[in-house]
Amino acid sequence: MHANNSLELRQGQIIEEFDMFPDWMEKYEHIIELGKELDPIAEADKIDDNLIKGCQSRVWLTASLNDEGNIIFFADSDAIITKGLVALMIRVLSDAKPREIASADLHFLEAIGLNAHLSPTRSNGLLSMVKQMKMYGLAYSAR
Amino acid sequence: MKQDSPYDVDVLRKEFPILDKEVNGHPLVYLDSAASAQKPRAVIEAQREYEAHFHSNIHRGVHTLATKATEAYEGVRAKLKNHINASKREEIIFTSGTTDSINLVAGTWGRANLKKSDTIVLTRLEHHSNIVPWQILAQEKGFAIEVVEIKENGELCENSLKEKLALSPKIVCVSHVSNTLGTINDVKNITKQAHQVGALVLIDGAQAAPHKTIDVQVIDCDFYAGSAHKMYGPSGVGFLYGKHELLCQMPPCRGGGEMIESVSFEKQTTFNVPPYKFEAGTPNLSGVVGYGAAIDWINSLGLDNIAAHENSLLEYASSKLLQIEGLRLIGTAKSKASVISFLVDGIHPSDIGTLLDQLGIAVRTGHHCTEPIMTKLGIPGTVRASFAAYSTFSEVDALVAGVERAVKMLR
Repeated sequence: MHANNSLELRQGQIIEEFDMFPDWMEKYEHIIELGKELDPIAEADKIDDNLIKGCQSRVWLTASLNDEGNIIFFADSDAIITKGLVALMIRVLSDAKPREIASADLHFLEAIGLNAHLSPTRSNGLLSMVKQMKMYGLAYSAR
Repeated sequence: MKQDSPYDVDVLRKEFPILDKEVNGHPLVYLDSAASAQKPRAVIEAQREYEAHFHSNIHRGVHTLATKATEAYEGVRAKLKNHINASKREEIIFTSGTTDSINLVAGTWGRANLKKSDTIVLTRLEHHSNIVPWQILAQEKGFAIEVVEIKENGELCENSLKEKLALSPKIVCVSHVSNTLGTINDVKNITKQAHQVGALVLIDGAQAAPHKTIDVQVIDCDFYAGSAHKMYGPSGVGFLYGKHELLCQMPPCRGGGEMIESVSFEKQTTFNVPPYKFEAGTPNLSGVVGYGAAIDWINSLGLDNIAAHENSLLEYASSKLLQIEGLRLIGTAKSKASVISFLVDGIHPSDIGTLLDQLGIAVRTGHHCTEPIMTKLGIPGTVRASFAAYSTFSEVDALVAGVERAVKMLR
């Protein structure tokens, strides 16, 4: 769906979308909604090998290359807010060229006031997930 | 709402500068004192005053400041000795905290005394810091670690304890109060039973010391560990109590200045007596001084008064939280300290914690460094609120309203 958009454009859309929610509560309600809507990961993929090491909620991530040479990510979490944040990451990074993913400058979380979730002191696994997504980008671009 | 308290909590709160803070646009509701308590001005000032007027290295100087710093430092040792009713001040070793204290016992007594054929006993309730030091040593020495199981309500299972003691363990390591479930263990009784089979007893008192009067002679334990920062004092300071004759037999584990009697390349280096034998290097001096002020502060209020206040908060919070549909308390031991863990059906604890944070409410979520409890209870973690002398009934109301709001959003 995003194949022709740059990652910048995708981030811009998210920032615009969140402009509608100045109140933290609405913002989190939207994130929770995104979490609920996220395409579920196949149960068979919810294995330890796909688990991102995070202290509190569990996050699973899989990646595959489609015919156009884009990486398609699937992810899931047992915590709904984390899942919503994961959904945002997927919107930005999935269906993109490996090289773009590896070098992506992810600034949208800061712009929408959720940067704290990417802080290394947060133990929701989101930071580790972003690292893992970029690792996939790096690994696939080396092929 | 307001309820009777043995002291005026609103007046008391004025002594804690941080409690005035706003977080995320809301007045801070700090319900994470079991992780670390906030400090009264008396503690902050004592540390500042020490740094500004009395600082020097202790024990080795002949000059006035060195003497003053030494007096201050050793004065806190005496204070702590009285506070937990040790029989000698030499039985108090300053450490960097409970974790350090337990590692010290494992690293000295454990390394010197445990061998392949031995067994030691821990409990399911232990914090990782009373598990992992023993596991690290067990990898080296090959001894067996046996675990006393818990009942559904979070109390230790008496039969399991008896079974494990029948294995003639060398040491039993048990928490006085569970940081996750709040269970108060009958450590006096456990110690008595352990001694009957010839085992030593180490008590992790990190969570008990801020809430209960500790009398190590009445408990008769061999080791007792605690942390200043759980007791309204600074972080990076704690103590290990050990019976004097044991401490005399134990080898040092860290070498350095102050822990020696004489150092030589020609003859054998000899070591100082306890407690100095275990206090290599320059300690956290201002931290220890701050710890002394924290103990004074606790005693001026009275541990019994603090406990009475916290118990009524605990009772109030339990009954209010249970009115939330689908909420269950994790840990319902008959005897509990001021920790309340809970889960709401179908909702991950980290989601509740994230939303409470937006409301300025600080709770802890996760496994609270007690993964074995979570495994046993089959849960991913809990939301944990914990109370201290300065916690209020209206903070409990804020918590309950916050959880209700979070649940509504998350369902």
